[in-house]
Amino acid sequence: MARIKDAREAAMVGRRSDGTLTRRPLSPHLQVYDMMQMTSLLSILHRISGVAWCAGLVLLSWWLIAAGTGESAFGAAQWFFGSFLGWVALFGLTVAAWYHTCAGIRHLFWDAGRGFAMEDAYRSGRMVVIGTAVLTILTWLLILV
Amino acid sequence: MAEDSASIRSLRSPLGRVRGMGSAKGGTHHWWMQRVTSIALLPLSIWLIFSLARLMGAEYGVVLEWIGNTFNAVLLLAFLTAAFHHAAAGLQVVIEDYVRGELKRFAAICVVNGLAVLLWLAASLSVLRIAL
Repeated sequence: MARIKDAREAAMVGRRSDGTLTRRPLSPHLQVYDMMQMTSLLSILHRISGVAWCAGLVLLSWWLIAAGTGESAFGAAQWFFGSFLGWVALFGLTVAAWYHTCAGIRHLFWDAGRGFAMEDAYRSGRMVVIGTAVLTILTWLLILV
Repeated sequence: MAEDSASIRSLRSPLGRVRGMGSAKGGTHHWWMQRVTSIALLPLSIWLIFSLARLMGAEYGVVLEWIGNTFNAVLLLAFLTAAFHHAAAGLQVVIEDYVRGELKRFAAICVVNGLAVLLWLAASLSVLRIAL
């Protein structure tokens, strides 16, 4: 067995039936779960959309810093946001931002101890997906119209 | 009676139990601040996304005027503060989950928090510069 590099792995050492040491599988046991169920899929998407929001924060900071720097710096930022890649990035970020917001509200209800029953979790999950779609369309109507 | 047996079974001091700080010495502070900032970000991000959507492709002068407006500048600074705190706290949890190795994990958390502070300061300074 490879050397343990992380203190938390010390608790994950097991023995095979022949006595040799082995590393026991570490939670969250990705191999045994169906990751395409709505509950698990939305949970993973919450984390991914959160990380995407971080990239969005970097872009927002760039835009603000460029605006504070001067017209040519701002022009460069506006050129990127107006390019094809910029539009794709902004559309992805709108979806991620609204998804993270809607799913975040769902998480706050869970933190308050509500909505844990299976049918409630599925219903709130559907509401998050519908809410994300509606808010994204609304945002882009505001941009394009 | 129940308290008696609990005090025999637990090796934690009564003071440690009351403080509730746990082995990380921070208690629920990290988790709690993430919830508090998330609640603050709810109205702020709804305002920001719709505002930015209306500013798409606007002229430089229009954007300067929008950022320079006191109401917008205050909300922008509030958003940046809550958002960078929330983002750094969230990225830290992601790092703690996936980065193996004590040193590597610690270094990654330091880098993420440092970058978040720098970017927060730079973006906030820019807003203040335009607004003042």
